[in-house]
Order: sequence, then structure tokens, then C-alpha cells
Amino acid sequence: MRMLSCKEANQLMSEGMDRTVSTRERFALWMHLSLCRACSRVKEQLALLRRALSDPTVDDERS
Amino acid sequence: MERSVERTLDSTALSRERPVLLRFALMQVRQKDVAEDLVQDTLVSAMSAIGSFSGRSSVRTWLTAILRNKIADHFRAAGREVSLTMDTDEGDDEVDIHFAPDGRYVHAPQDWGDPERTLTDKRFLEALHACMKTLPYAAAQAFLLREVTGLTTDEICKELKISSTNCFVLLHRARLRLRACVEATWLQPSGAQRPRKAR
Repeated sequence: MRMLSCKEANQLMSEGMDRTVSTRERFALWMHLSLCRACSRVKEQLALLRRALSDPTVDDERS
Repeated sequence: MERSVERTLDSTALSRERPVLLRFALMQVRQKDVAEDLVQDTLVSAMSAIGSFSGRSSVRTWLTAILRNKIADHFRAAGREVSLTMDTDEGDDEVDIHFAPDGRYVHAPQDWGDPERTLTDKRFLEALHACMKTLPYAAAQAFLLREVTGLTTDEICKELKISSTNCFVLLHRARLRLRACVEATWLQPSGAQRPRKAR
């Protein structure tokens, strides 16, 4: 299996937040993430953005 | 839940959605009182139109649709051009500006530090709001419906009348742009330096 590029990994990471990805896709992404720190960061950051927008305890109104 | 047999929809069920609706409105309308008014209007409209709720969509989807119209009306009244039709065709440029031809990052993603600290960092949240405004309308709508309201992509497709492929593309672009924008806005030293060591 060919290694995913960071661009492809980004697309899969995003789609993984919106749909169920196939086992094959998940494996390819896992392979990429295990070797790529930049994409691992992005994965965490996308999860953080989701939390920032959806978590009711994240309150940006207090100031 | 006591009322489990009938799928009745009453004011309690509607007001349960209030926090999510308010969040959704606040991401677009930054004044809290305006956002609260819009949500209140939405709930009142929903109450009076409760008979027209088909039950085919979720309560949240239904309420969000009403709220989206209220927000669009609000923007229009304020003289802002708002088109509820989705202009989804921006080409691949939006994705390509973030990557070199070989698929590597143009700007390597930075370390955002401890997530819990980030989420309480006022500057981070300010950057997030400022960057939301830079998203194209269609992408912003799809993204907010997904991340704030938690609708499924199927529900979003129906709501925005776009194909599911289009929906994934919009969401992907929104995330790419938002991530890069937040990073650039929040982490760029501007006057007040905050020390940040890369690990």
C-alpha cells in the first residue's frame, strides 16, 4: 500500500469526523499518523476545534 | 422519560434545544442579546407552527432551519448580503494553497500546547471567532451545522440542498482554512509575546 501524503491524510482525517471510514482507509491513516507528527498534531487540533465549538463548558462569553 | 409513547412535541422539548441554538446563533451573530432574541423568536415561531413539524426530521434540524432563516433576515436587515443558495464551487484552490504539489504542508502545523489550557485561552477563542468570519458562507454554514449543532452530513445535505460529496468537501475546506487561520492568528506574536517552546 502506498503511503498517504499529508494532503490525503488531511482529507481522510476530516472525513473521518463526518462519516465512517473503511478499514482500509483507517489503516492507511493510522500508518501515516504513526510516522507523521505534523498530521498527528492536525488530528488533535481538529478535535479541539470541534470541542471549542460544541462543548457547553467552553464558554467564551465570560470576559 | 414519562411521555414515551406519543411523539409529542411541546415547549419543553423545544426549550431543551435552546443552548445549542444559542451557540449556533452566537457563532454568527456576535452580540449576545441579538443572538438570544433570534433564538427566542425561533422558539416562538416553532411553537406556533408546531403542527407543521412532520417528525421526519429531528427537532433540532427543524429548529435550526427556522433559526438560519431568522439569522439571514437579521443580516439582511443590517444591510448584509446573504444568499441562502449554496455557492459550493470554489475549485480545489482552497485545499491546494495549504499543500505543496507533492502533498506536503506549505506551513508545518505548530504545537498548540495543552488542550485544556488552549480551550480557556481567551485569545484562542477570539482567533476562532475571527477566523469563522473568513469562511465562505456555504462552508461556514455546513461547518456550524456539523460542529455546533451536531447534525449528520445527511441532514446537512438535505438542509443545504447539496450533494453528500459536496458536503464532505465543504467541511474539509472549512477545517483546513479554520485550522490554519486560528494557528496564524493565535500563535503569531503580536506585541504581547507569549513564550511558546516547541517540543
